[in-house]
Amino acid sequence: MTKATAKAPWVVHVNCNSCNGCDIEFLACLTPMYDAERFGVLHIGTPKHADIMVVTGSVNNRNARVLRNLYEQMPSPKVVVAMGVCPATGGIFADGYNVIGGAEKVVPVDVFVPGCPPRPEAMLDGILEGAKILAGKRQNSVTVKPVRRIKIVRPAAPAADPAAAAAAPAPVKEEAK
Amino acid sequence: MNDIQQFFLSHLHPIINSLIALVLAPVIGGLLMGLDRKLTARMQGRMGPPLLQPFYDIFKLFSKESMVVHRPQVIYAVCHLLFMMLTLVMLVTGQDLLLTLLVHTFAAISLVLGGMSVRSPYSWIGSQRKILQILAYEPVLILLVLGVRLLNGSFWGINVLQSDTPLIQSMPLLFLALISVIAVEMGKSPFDTASSHHAHQEIVRGINLEYAGPYLALTEISHLYETAIAFGLVLAFWHTCLIGGLVLAVLVFFCLALVDNCFARLTPAWLVRYMWLVPLALALANLICLWR
Repeated sequence: MTKATAKAPWVVHVNCNSCNGCDIEFLACLTPMYDAERFGVLHIGTPKHADIMVVTGSVNNRNARVLRNLYEQMPSPKVVVAMGVCPATGGIFADGYNVIGGAEKVVPVDVFVPGCPPRPEAMLDGILEGAKILAGKRQNSVTVKPVRRIKIVRPAAPAADPAAAAAAPAPVKEEAK
Repeated sequence: MNDIQQFFLSHLHPIINSLIALVLAPVIGGLLMGLDRKLTARMQGRMGPPLLQPFYDIFKLFSKESMVVHRPQVIYAVCHLLFMMLTLVMLVTGQDLLLTLLVHTFAAISLVLGGMSVRSPYSWIGSQRKILQILAYEPVLILLVLGVRLLNGSFWGINVLQSDTPLIQSMPLLFLALISVIAVEMGKSPFDTASSHHAHQEIVRGINLEYAGPYLALTEISHLYETAIAFGLVLAFWHTCLIGGLVLAVLVFFCLALVDNCFARLTPAWLVRYMWLVPLALALANLICLWR
């Protein structure tokens, strides 16, 4: 299962106000010259079928909600690849009044591919790196026992940090009035 | 009656044969789909995915979280698979061909109901187009069954295998009509109106849009069964000679890949017009020739 997960990453592409440079370069990865399909990468149109979300463009207040919504529609395990410098920091649009400054502030990004736009080779490398992370996430995921006979695969809960637990104040019991 | 027929008919055990077919059909279907993707890539000057890519896809989908819109959607996906398996079992055990056709239509209708049960407009459009497809190819299949009836005097599939002359000898035009039907069922390019791997901009994934994870994998497995059934029918057209049947299958496979790469997707209305003009006319002409 883990091996198959790494070999068939399906990609959904989300454009968050990109200048279309990264988008065109990303589509170039599908051409016979670069042929992303030889790695099992399929460019899929819907987040419900996708494993990897590729975000391009500087995320702003207007589309942050859309990005979050699309991310939540993807079934676990899932990986986000920030394509280009805009979803990493905001890029040349970072000073814009409405730019949030990176996709990381909206969704958890796993791989950053810098460049304006990145080379197609770098994009392919980023997606394959994402596929490796995807397989790792699948291996570390726990299968929750189905309540309604529908299997749920969730990321494992973070390991409990004893130092943080000690530092946190003990929960105060509410007194019955 | 030659050796292959003797072997098949003497080893005819309904339960064992059905089990073997149920296990082998997805494997063969998956290999055919992988070969198809590889061949398509080579026709486009690409390297293409590995041969086992359809199996990787399905295993990956099973390892994902299952998200459903509502629970009837699950039932429709399972029904689609079960009816497709039942079609295969009925074909292998040589049941009544008309009934087999009916069960096969049930499988398609389950998929349509699943697509209609969610509120995505893309899924609705895909389902409506699937209904149009059923409307387009079903008369040809019924005429095919009627042709078998005229030839053998019986609707039973087992009688086809017992006859000494291959079907292709007396029904060449119906065979040509069947190729179009297979292209529609496998979602090959001029006919892939309901659901397509490539339709990103038009109706996204159409009828399969709202399935995710394991339930998408179920519809993919049904598709593998459908592919295997289609090529099984092609083999049955020359059942007296295994090499002849394989030659037919390879020819059909190559033609479908070529047509898939040469044509753009056309409109659903065109599909109905085409299917009711060309393959239906071919089938009717063949029936008239068979009439005694």
